[in-house]
Amino acid sequence: MADDEVARLTLPVGKRDHAQGPADAPVTLVEYGDYECPHCGRAYPIVKEVQRRLGSKLRFVFRNFPLGESHPHAQHAAEAAEGAAAQGHFWEMHDTLYEHQQALDDRHLVGYAAKLELDAKTFEQELHAHAHKARVREDFTSGVRSGVNGTPTFFINGVRFDDSWDPDTLTDALKAAAASRKA
Amino acid sequence: MPLNDVLPAGTKAPEFSLHTTPDQRVSLSDFRGRPVILAFYPADWSPVCGDQMALYNELLGEFHQLGAELLGISVDGSWCHVAFAHERKLRFALLSDFEPKGQVARLYGAYRDDDGTSERALFVIDGDGMIRWSYCSPVGVNPGADGILRALEALKPEAAHG
Repeated sequence: MADDEVARLTLPVGKRDHAQGPADAPVTLVEYGDYECPHCGRAYPIVKEVQRRLGSKLRFVFRNFPLGESHPHAQHAAEAAEGAAAQGHFWEMHDTLYEHQQALDDRHLVGYAAKLELDAKTFEQELHAHAHKARVREDFTSGVRSGVNGTPTFFINGVRFDDSWDPDTLTDALKAAAASRKA
Repeated sequence: MPLNDVLPAGTKAPEFSLHTTPDQRVSLSDFRGRPVILAFYPADWSPVCGDQMALYNELLGEFHQLGAELLGISVDGSWCHVAFAHERKLRFALLSDFEPKGQVARLYGAYRDDDGTSERALFVIDGDGMIRWSYCSPVGVNPGADGILRALEALKPEAAHG
């Protein structure tokens, strides 16, 4: 594949993003994911594992890519995570959703908000009013424009990662990207 | 394995007429006057969710906004397409390049002799039936939709001139 055909992140990682790890980490992993997608569910502990392995060398960013036609709860789950983010608890909700992929209906979403001690009333109102729909769509569109082709899709330092995301392969790719950044 | 040389931009798109359901046919010329996205893919029932057709299903609104019609095409039979479209809730036509098998894929340079399926090959065809963009992705790599959207947007100014 010619270099100009490599899929790249068109929307750079910035303030709008939900990120874990230092902003100046030598390698940034961006995931476009869907909370109801079983493959993303499999990727969830793997991402945790590579975060553990790379420590402060890695910044991890999650963006929404709900395939609502295939997954009836995905869109609302994504909006729920953004609702939690509005209250400063994105990652807690993100983790909760991936740990409860079989229970993503609205009743459960509101239950998770309560369990995370969010302002459940505001959370529920925003969920019903689709207050965070535009934000989710913005993520989705940025993904499409960057060559996201399904879920999960990963980008390492802005370049789409088409290889297998088993823990060892992903770790090797992240380490290689970190090393080349330093060089 | 080398990729096929699919028909390039600037080539007249070969006409075809294929079944989309067991009792309905669709021809390329039916769409004269508006752009068509022709998306060849290897087979129905690929074992991943969020696959190529599912992604395009999510983007129908964007495609229609750009005035374009999307046609999926594979060598599967029309009954197979009906079941696949129903199960995946696809809201666009799937064409059956089934008899003679792969004939249309061959015309577009997108047939895979080795395994008897088509490439993941994309064509954006303008309202005059001219190929304006084409792309062939390695069969294991879903090509996404960014190229299609860019190609359709590049058509836009001309569409304004009628």
